[in-house]
Amino acid sequence: MSEVVQGTSLWQDAWRRWRRHKVSVGSAVVLTIIVLFCAFGPQLVSLIWGWTYEQQNIALGPSAPSLSHPFGTDVLGRDLMVRTMHGGRVSLLVAFVATSVSLVVGVTYGAISGYVGGRVDSFMMRFVDVLMSTPYLLLVIVLMAVIPPNNVSFFGLDGSFVLMFGALGLVSWLVLARIVRGQVLSLKQKEFVEAAHAIGVKPRTILFRHIVPNTLGPVIVYSSLTIPSVMLSEAFLSFLGLGIREPQASWGTLVNDGSNAMVVYPWLLVFPGLTMALTLFCLNFLGDGLRDALDPNARKS
Amino acid sequence: MSDDVLLKVEGLKVHFPVLSKGFFARQVGAVKAVDGLDLEVRRGEVVGLVGESGCGKSTTGRALLRLVPLTGGKVVFDGVDLGELKGEELRKMRRRVQIIFQDPYASLNPRMTVGDIIAEPLAAHGLVKDAKERQTRAQALMERCGLDPSFVRRYPHEFSGGQRQRIGIARALASDPDFIVCDEPISALDVSIQAQILNLLKELARERNLSYVFIAHDLSAVRHISDRIAVMYLGRIVETGTFDQICDDPKHPYTQALVSAIPVPDPVIERRRKRIVLQGDVPSPLNPPTGCTFHTRCPVAREGKCQSEAPTLRTVNDRLVSCHFAEEIGDLTGRSE
Repeated sequence: MSEVVQGTSLWQDAWRRWRRHKVSVGSAVVLTIIVLFCAFGPQLVSLIWGWTYEQQNIALGPSAPSLSHPFGTDVLGRDLMVRTMHGGRVSLLVAFVATSVSLVVGVTYGAISGYVGGRVDSFMMRFVDVLMSTPYLLLVIVLMAVIPPNNVSFFGLDGSFVLMFGALGLVSWLVLARIVRGQVLSLKQKEFVEAAHAIGVKPRTILFRHIVPNTLGPVIVYSSLTIPSVMLSEAFLSFLGLGIREPQASWGTLVNDGSNAMVVYPWLLVFPGLTMALTLFCLNFLGDGLRDALDPNARKS
Repeated sequence: MSDDVLLKVEGLKVHFPVLSKGFFARQVGAVKAVDGLDLEVRRGEVVGLVGESGCGKSTTGRALLRLVPLTGGKVVFDGVDLGELKGEELRKMRRRVQIIFQDPYASLNPRMTVGDIIAEPLAAHGLVKDAKERQTRAQALMERCGLDPSFVRRYPHEFSGGQRQRIGIARALASDPDFIVCDEPISALDVSIQAQILNLLKELARERNLSYVFIAHDLSAVRHISDRIAVMYLGRIVETGTFDQICDDPKHPYTQALVSAIPVPDPVIERRRKRIVLQGDVPSPLNPPTGCTFHTRCPVAREGKCQSEAPTLRTVNDRLVSCHFAEEIGDLTGRSE
């Protein structure tokens, strides 16, 4: 057989369009740096200076940024840079876990609801409506009470946090399920789905091979915009005292602590705040770029 | 063409329920898209199915493959009643009956490579287990259908309409079926491409002893490919016969009206020709007329029998006609003399 010509898939097309979106690519780079900074920073700091995120130095107290403490220290003399890195781990993990949960649950739920249709679809969507009209804060609090706290360690974090943010994800899948259901409803009327049916492809294969891949564009875009919103929810919950507890930290708690002392010790607000803002900015730009790349028609209007 | 019947359709009915609004919807009526259709397709035979838009051609095509639920009647394929099959049995049967769609843009999954699309029937029925072998088979099919086999890894959006239709044909052939429903496969294509696709379909039918039901909305599209033509009106067959029988000597008044609309290139006949202009619109399939469904527009309908009794297909002059007075009405078009 002669040489095979490699075609360009829609994903490759989207990839090419995305790479032209400079701001979005830049955001991805910055995000990668922040993730690496948070993931490997604490070990490096403890190697160089020997600080850990919970190590106190009451004698030192809150000190301004210096060579040995680049971000300064907090009221208890803990190094703020390590705490920012540690907070980043928590916040990013929260975002990642919650978004993954919402992706898996939302896509599966929405796809099944839309594909099966009829009365099943009605019931499944009414269930979503009920959950949606429940105040999510209440739901998270109840879930936290129901899920027993355990001492499993996950990535250096208390396992109960991860469970809690899984719960946050369990709330955030609702919109995604609706989006996917809508997509599936329109896709299952398409001729290529009927063609697959006529060929004799099994229903499950039709759903996951023909329908779901065609819904992924909007799903990816929506997820990339879910990450910042989940991070903000976490900050909000922590601010209310429902989330992370001392000596653990997240960007939300750090910013909260910093805002209490910002007049006297501004670095306590500035560094974690800037890092968090930068991350959120980047995620939003990344989402923008992805939307333009995956959904080129939306842009023309 | 041999004489053994591959597909036999008896009194096929496909009704789509019309539901009232709300959660506890009740059925308030039905669109009778196909209502008592009889048809026979022999092995290796190409039957052209023509009719106005909305007369139930496409629904018939889909019903033959059980892509829409049957309300009544029988579809017997090679001795097996398709209406009786369920789930896995039906899915297995789909290997032998395939369909080529009208719109070559909508009928191919945009996320799959051409090779994967064409090889899908092979994978779905476990005919070829090895993925590499499947791609090779796909390439062979592409070559047979006039596509460059080096394009297996390309995606549908990189092809033209005619090429995409060839992909659709290759996919329909992959599982080596006996019977293919061609649902207006050329009406979405450029006129210059139509002949190529028709010729390809014709060659394939001869080469593989395939049977087609070839759906079209005009007679000219089916004349070159069909052994027999069936004319549909409001969910029923009104006349079947060879192209010459249908065009030169139509018996059913509806067929005569259709044929009378075709201009004749001979000026002498053209001047003599009378056009039969049907009055009114096609009645709603929600509430079709009683008796002969054509009586509301029939230029020669008579009081009594036409309103009360539905005619059945019967043999008149070597073809099947469903009209009570087929022998008596003669030629209304003024062509033959």
